Amino acid sequence: MNPKLTQKIAKSLLCGAVLLTSVVLFFIIFYILYHGLSNVNWNFLTGNVEDLGKKGGIFPTIVSTIYLTALSVLIAAPLGIGTALYLTCYTEENLFTKIVRFGTDCLAAIPSIIFGLFGFMLFVIYLRLSWSILSGALTLASMMLPTIIRTTEEAIRAVPSSYMDVNYALGGTKLQGIVKIILPKALPGILTGVILSMGRAVSETAALIFTAGMSLRVPVSMFASGRSMAVHFYSLAREGISLTNAFATASVLMITVLIINIVSYLIMHLFLRKYI
Amino acid sequence: MKFGKTASIFFIFITLVYFLTGIGAKSQKIVRLAGSTAFLPFAEKLAEHYMKTNKDITVDVQGGGSAVGIMVATEGIVDIGMADMLSLPKETDSLEKVVVARDGIAIIVNLGNPLTNLTLNDLTQVFSGKVKEWKEIGVNLSGQIRVISREEGSGTRKSFDQLILKSARLTTDAMFQDSNGTIREAVKSDPNSIGYISIGFLDSTVKAISVNGIVASNENVILDTYKISRPVYFLFKQNPTPETKNFIQFILGKEAQKIIAADGLIPVVKI
Amino acid sequence: MKYYKEIIIEKCIKLVAMSTISILILIIFFIFRQGVPFLVKYGLPNFILGQKWLPQENIFGILPMIIGSLWVTIGALIIGVPIGVACAIYLVEFSGKHTKLFFKPAIELLAGIPSVVYGFIGIMVLAPFIRSNFGGSGLSVLTASIVLGIMILPTIVSISIDALSTVPLSYKEGSIAMGATNWQTIVMVLLPAARSGILAGVILGMGRAIGETMAVIMVTGNSLKIPSSALDSTRTMTSNIALEMGYALGDHRAALFATAVILFIFILLLNIITMTVIKSKKTR
Repeated sequence: MNPKLTQKIAKSLLCGAVLLTSVVLFFIIFYILYHGLSNVNWNFLTGNVEDLGKKGGIFPTIVSTIYLTALSVLIAAPLGIGTALYLTCYTEENLFTKIVRFGTDCLAAIPSIIFGLFGFMLFVIYLRLSWSILSGALTLASMMLPTIIRTTEEAIRAVPSSYMDVNYALGGTKLQGIVKIILPKALPGILTGVILSMGRAVSETAALIFTAGMSLRVPVSMFASGRSMAVHFYSLAREGISLTNAFATASVLMITVLIINIVSYLIMHLFLRKYI
Repeated sequence: MKFGKTASIFFIFITLVYFLTGIGAKSQKIVRLAGSTAFLPFAEKLAEHYMKTNKDITVDVQGGGSAVGIMVATEGIVDIGMADMLSLPKETDSLEKVVVARDGIAIIVNLGNPLTNLTLNDLTQVFSGKVKEWKEIGVNLSGQIRVISREEGSGTRKSFDQLILKSARLTTDAMFQDSNGTIREAVKSDPNSIGYISIGFLDSTVKAISVNGIVASNENVILDTYKISRPVYFLFKQNPTPETKNFIQFILGKEAQKIIAADGLIPVVKI
Repeated sequence: MKYYKEIIIEKCIKLVAMSTISILILIIFFIFRQGVPFLVKYGLPNFILGQKWLPQENIFGILPMIIGSLWVTIGALIIGVPIGVACAIYLVEFSGKHTKLFFKPAIELLAGIPSVVYGFIGIMVLAPFIRSNFGGSGLSVLTASIVLGIMILPTIVSISIDALSTVPLSYKEGSIAMGATNWQTIVMVLLPAARSGILAGVILGMGRAIGETMAVIMVTGNSLKIPSSALDSTRTMTSNIALEMGYALGDHRAALFATAVILFIFILLLNIITMTVIKSKKTR
């Protein structure tokens, strides 16, 4: 066959794959928003869940989601950033870093259901935290670690090593160099990682059902159980409690995910370009 | 300055330890319930009602399933475990038990299915897979019967096995869903399917069929003419906290039992 | 004084660096402690080769689930890999800057959509479509494969893009200079050179497909039979755990943890394979 013709056919097929993927993405977004957005209003966002979600709003699930996400970031970010700092600034490649990298890769690959079982056995049962925001957040934090470590590591490696040399030349210690030069320069990259991992917390279901529980009330403390938006949507959709509310909840969920992605994209493209 | 920093690090450390050990976990007056997904909606409603009059107490209701309910009640993670089984397993021996309601099980089919009645024997044949086509039991519907069941271990399933399948086994062709609501959804959308759910979950999206000519309704369960039903247990440790005791008394009281009855379950106390 | 502070902070950071590995060890400890005694008691071959799962009669065979997981994963790869690699090739070789600027965040967004939403679209749109056009209940291996295929696209696309763009430009220039068309260059030079990177992406995607739970529970119907066609219902290892965990006591419970152990080993193996694939690329 004519190579030119083959090229044309191949190119249109490849283009077709890209179009198909985009169509699927937009179909999912529009399908959810088209069916759900009309039912999202102020009362829905601020109303209590009534009758298991048949009526009323989703306010408690929004609070739980924010609570879970914030707490898990609070736990995971210091651990993740610290690990990345250690890997990049404090050590050469050796057996220990290899083990840490292996651990990070494995943690990233573990299915959420296994995290769920683990969180249930360790936090809910063994540490007697019961189903609570804290159990959920600790489990989520373990799931987020790999993302934060990887993006932070990349961001720190992108800072030219000459900066550190200048720091030493001016008499700064290692710690000063890290705190005053490396971390500020790497901040947008680190932030992107943290925000992306927040996305994971918002959309997680399997692990949270086992650890944060299904309570429909606003969690009064981190020891109370709370149902996140994704879990609430799962229960609404799967048990056929109310399709209209399921679509509306899904819309709120999708918009949250959209915002998270757009923000991380903006940080990535506006700041990183400027800094590097 | 230095001192402030050390103090704040110390503070953070202490809070972390505090969080991790969960010392503060039981400081509020919370009554925790967990277990049976079939009773969950009712427990949730009752808890809401209870908290209206007892403002200083939080009642926290979780699902999880009957087995999880038994496990966490034994471990002392929750105050009350909920289980909806015909016979309780030996794990519950150390716990106090009280029946708070009874619950009928209805056989449901798709709205498009002309079937209205089956004999108990037919049911056994259908669910054990000896009858595979709708035509074989005289239903004017083309295609295979698709049996949708709860998974092994579920309270509803255990009771269903004992009451309907008896010594026979569930067909290997069966599909599984993990709650009453999901079975209802599956039957609603699949014209060839048959499943079973708690009577309290019946609504207009699916059709309940009669068994041996007797309609699946609470009246008939109370009259003992409709035989497919099972009890809902509350399980709790000996010497429960006053709050727990109080809540159980409330559940067994007339007011709560009325709510239970209004929502489609069978009360255990005359109202 | 300053010196001490540095040392303390360094020690703290080293301690923190152990967090991932200690979490991994805790996970292994808590899952294996429940599952392994059961595996020993019941016998590993009986467990993974047994065809019947009847917890009430103390018969625990997870072969149907293993096969279910494999079918669904292979189906997802059949759908996800060609589309994903095609997208990556187009973006790296043919597209303009604008397409790239639009498509990369779009792929990231696709990765960010919650799996329950995918499952929901699966039961609302895909299952009825398959039921009325191909027969069966609609909750099937096929439905799950399509849903998972879409879910693993982002992984495959982004890793393939990385792999393709790290191929040295000189390779391509050499090929073009010999008079090959763009497409010939891609097939004969770029793809072979990026092979191991793409493979790593495929294996990672595979891991994601095997590990997915919520979407799969919603669209497979969860039957316990070994599926004989793509329209049959099936159950995966992950859904087995999630479905029955709430209703399991004693040995049944231990058997579910044992399922998690098997799943964990699967994922670990896949991960080790990925690492060796990537390493072999680096040493070459």
